[in-house]
Amino acid sequence: MGKTIAEKILSDKSKQDAKAGDIVIADLDFVMGQDGTSPLAIRVFEEMKANRVFDPNRVAMVIDHSAPSPVEGVSALHKQMRDFAQKQKIHFYDIGDGVCHQLLPEKGHVLPGQLVIGADSHTCTYGAINVFSTGVGSTDLAAGMISGKLWFKVPETIRLVLNGKLAGGVFSKDLIIFLAGQITADGATYMAIEFAGEVIDALSVDARFTISNMAVELGAKCGLMEADQKTESWVKQHSIQSYQPVLADQDANYNYVKEYNLSDLEPQVALPHTVDNVTPISKVTGTKVDQGVIGTCTNGRLEDLRIAAEILKGKKIAANTRLIVAPSSRATFIAAMREGLIEALVEAGAAVVTPGCGPCVGTHNGVPADGENVISTANRNFKGRMGNNKASIFLASPATVAVSMLYGSITDPREIIG
Amino acid sequence: MELKGKAHKFGNDVNTDYIISGRYKFKTLDMRELAKHLMEDLDPDFFARINKGDFIVAGKNFGCGSSREQAPLAIINADISAVIAKSFARIFYRNAINTGLPLIECDTDLIDPGDQLEVNLSQGLLYNKSKDLRIPVTPLPAVMLKILADGGLVEHFKKYGNFNFD
Repeated sequence: MGKTIAEKILSDKSKQDAKAGDIVIADLDFVMGQDGTSPLAIRVFEEMKANRVFDPNRVAMVIDHSAPSPVEGVSALHKQMRDFAQKQKIHFYDIGDGVCHQLLPEKGHVLPGQLVIGADSHTCTYGAINVFSTGVGSTDLAAGMISGKLWFKVPETIRLVLNGKLAGGVFSKDLIIFLAGQITADGATYMAIEFAGEVIDALSVDARFTISNMAVELGAKCGLMEADQKTESWVKQHSIQSYQPVLADQDANYNYVKEYNLSDLEPQVALPHTVDNVTPISKVTGTKVDQGVIGTCTNGRLEDLRIAAEILKGKKIAANTRLIVAPSSRATFIAAMREGLIEALVEAGAAVVTPGCGPCVGTHNGVPADGENVISTANRNFKGRMGNNKASIFLASPATVAVSMLYGSITDPREIIG
Repeated sequence: MELKGKAHKFGNDVNTDYIISGRYKFKTLDMRELAKHLMEDLDPDFFARINKGDFIVAGKNFGCGSSREQAPLAIINADISAVIAKSFARIFYRNAINTGLPLIECDTDLIDPGDQLEVNLSQGLLYNKSKDLRIPVTPLPAVMLKILADGGLVEHFKKYGNFNFD
């Protein structure tokens, strides 16, 4: 019997013949924490009586959730991170550097075939470049920083074969929102997902990150893709290290395999207050929106900003609305400036905030008022997620958000593009 | 480990934003303070009604969403002795075991709000005293029982300096 990508990577990293259901202790290639989880991990690190991280070159901390600090309490936690990073000589990314899930691949810290943990649930993002990466909490982060190891239950795998060709105006975000509706928020709990098929092959690496990023919204441990030519050339632009990509065996054992034909998929929207509360856009067009958000670890990449800027260039967002844009990293921000995308977005009425998580986690940067509707490219629309439990969050692609901002209501992007 | 207390019931898909909202959790590491806001967006008076040792009882996918370890820590610091649910989201599951919060997977339709429950973790027993009903429980894997028995992963590391499941 062959193996899935998850079984192969965990076998390799635990130096044993690992099959779904086994519990293994495996070697970690990289370990990451952000400012919502690192301060607690630092405390646990000290409680565990550790002195040194296992390998400073394999550990990073990123300040992205509250960047820059909105209140004194956060400032004190950020200072703890800076002090720890300096003392331990680990990689450190401060305010303005970007969202952790953009930075780790962009800085070449994570490579195909590797095993990576991050104390952030969206760590599954790097599955798009064939990394077994998964979110953990602060205690796991501390244990990983100390030992360079972690225990894993080898997950079963669901293989989703996505065939057909996405229509104009339909993007990878629509695809993963659609799948969240199909599979539901806990449909893949404790499991890995392998994404494959013609649609994945046709997508850019940027667009693929959006899909793997949201694997956790289906409950999955990771959202893996095989490495192809596009992956290889993307990775080579960001790292000079050698690596060994991992393919699934033809006769691997899956929990199930499901094929979709997505040629007729229309733009999708996740309605308040769960990510799996999904509808085709035609059912909700005309719903009033007060605020738009383009950014986050799901959709703040250069390709996303290009799509939004192309729609908004030379136009103005609707009266009585706000649009917040958060580029995913400093490099994305600079590239977007050089291409004139930031100018187009700001002229259209957007407020650009520091590269980072922006308003997605409800700490600052655009908390909505009671009764307001937000349309966002983020990955979560839980009640209170953006800091107000009396506001409603709709999730959609950057194109849908941009077009909706022109009209002040949810609008099918195919009216303008496609 | 014998646990006794009253059931407080919640629905399916209770996410970590509901358990402890992001607007509090990024501000402090004082878990007693965070505990006061436990489940606030679902039930504003919840914390005030907890008696030491009570249980949170929920449907499927408890703890979905962000990886914040403040979620199990806020539950522990609110004096909840264990969470009983049909299923748990996997990061929450890890975090709970690592921080020493016992989790029990079973059919929670057999428990009503206010029921008096008794749990024996090592034997994997759940007794609904109010209904005089023994409820079958999915046993925890040995690795997790070992971490819980050590009092969480911090104590495990203090004891062994690394992972040790031999």
